[in-house]
Amino acid sequence: MSLELLRDLASWACLLAGGGFCLVGGIGLLRMPDFYTRMHAASVTDTLGAGLILLGLLLQAGFTLIGAKLLMVGLLIFFASPTASHVLARAAMIHGLAPQLADSAEDASSKP
Amino acid sequence: MMFSAAALALLVTTALALVRATLGPTIFDRLQAVNTLGTCAMLLLAVLGFLGGRPEFLDLALVYGLLNVIGMVAVLKFFRHGGLGEAGE
Amino acid sequence: MLRSLSLFLFLSVFWLLLSGMPLPFLLAAGVGSALAVVWFAHRLDVIDHEGHPAHLVWHAMLSYWPWLLKEIAVSGWQVTRVVLDPRLPISPTLVRMRPSQTTDVGLVTHANSITLTPGTISLEVGSDEFLVHALTRDGAAGVQRGGAMDLRVRALESRPEKAG
Repeated sequence: MSLELLRDLASWACLLAGGGFCLVGGIGLLRMPDFYTRMHAASVTDTLGAGLILLGLLLQAGFTLIGAKLLMVGLLIFFASPTASHVLARAAMIHGLAPQLADSAEDASSKP
Repeated sequence: MMFSAAALALLVTTALALVRATLGPTIFDRLQAVNTLGTCAMLLLAVLGFLGGRPEFLDLALVYGLLNVIGMVAVLKFFRHGGLGEAGE
Repeated sequence: MLRSLSLFLFLSVFWLLLSGMPLPFLLAAGVGSALAVVWFAHRLDVIDHEGHPAHLVWHAMLSYWPWLLKEIAVSGWQVTRVVLDPRLPISPTLVRMRPSQTTDVGLVTHANSITLTPGTISLEVGSDEFLVHALTRDGAAGVQRGGAMDLRVRALESRPEKAG
């Protein structure tokens, strides 16, 4: 009984924290000044938010087929989201969208 | 209860991403917003499956995730080679 | 041959987990699909150390992924603090680095790990140079040849390859 409760508490904490990190990503998406910095905010949603929510659901599911499918969803995000981000950032770079930099001296040398 | 809280957080994130997709300003910002939207939709499907006691929703989440990635790469490929109207500023 | 067998086993388990219904027809369909995919992969000639890097799996899962997860958690928390800080203390920086990996699998793993860690994104990936965008100067300082991630991916890719 108490083990059940402990598991539920852990899973709820994960779900709440995951939701929180997703929100942080959304807020960052609005607050950040340019495209490349927005990407960093969005990657919080993709990694920590998604990971913690899936972990919370996994604790509820246990070692079942549902748990295995949750793991597959997690692995899919784990492998696919950096690829999508990289493709997007590279496309922006090729298009000539220059990032705002803190040190403008480096800006000249970094143009492709 | 906690499932509802997570679902609510995901819905708010979706709304924030929609605002970014509307504001732009470049097409890449919109695509980034759509990408985030896709991740949120995927997670929302998973959470809703647990909320309603219908774990079959996870299959939908998997398919949605796959389509999300493929769609993103396809749009960018098209954008690079075929153009997508007035891009950029 | 060994690689084809391991790919077949992997695909069969994948099918079983997805379907979850051990009916004879579905099992037969699963075996048929797995065989077809192995055959296609054989014809495409992608069952090699790159298309199915089975020799890396155990070391990756037991040693590299846990470290990467810890790294993601730490830098995710840093980015979260930056986003929620009212002053928004960002200092976006571009870094060029020369990765020490030699194989394609190692280079891709390294680039994907950089992108997966919040706060750094790989913009351009080549065999001799990465162009990385970092949210803060501190984040940029962590990305360099001989850095922790570089060394770990180097150790991961230099696992001896079994014959097969």
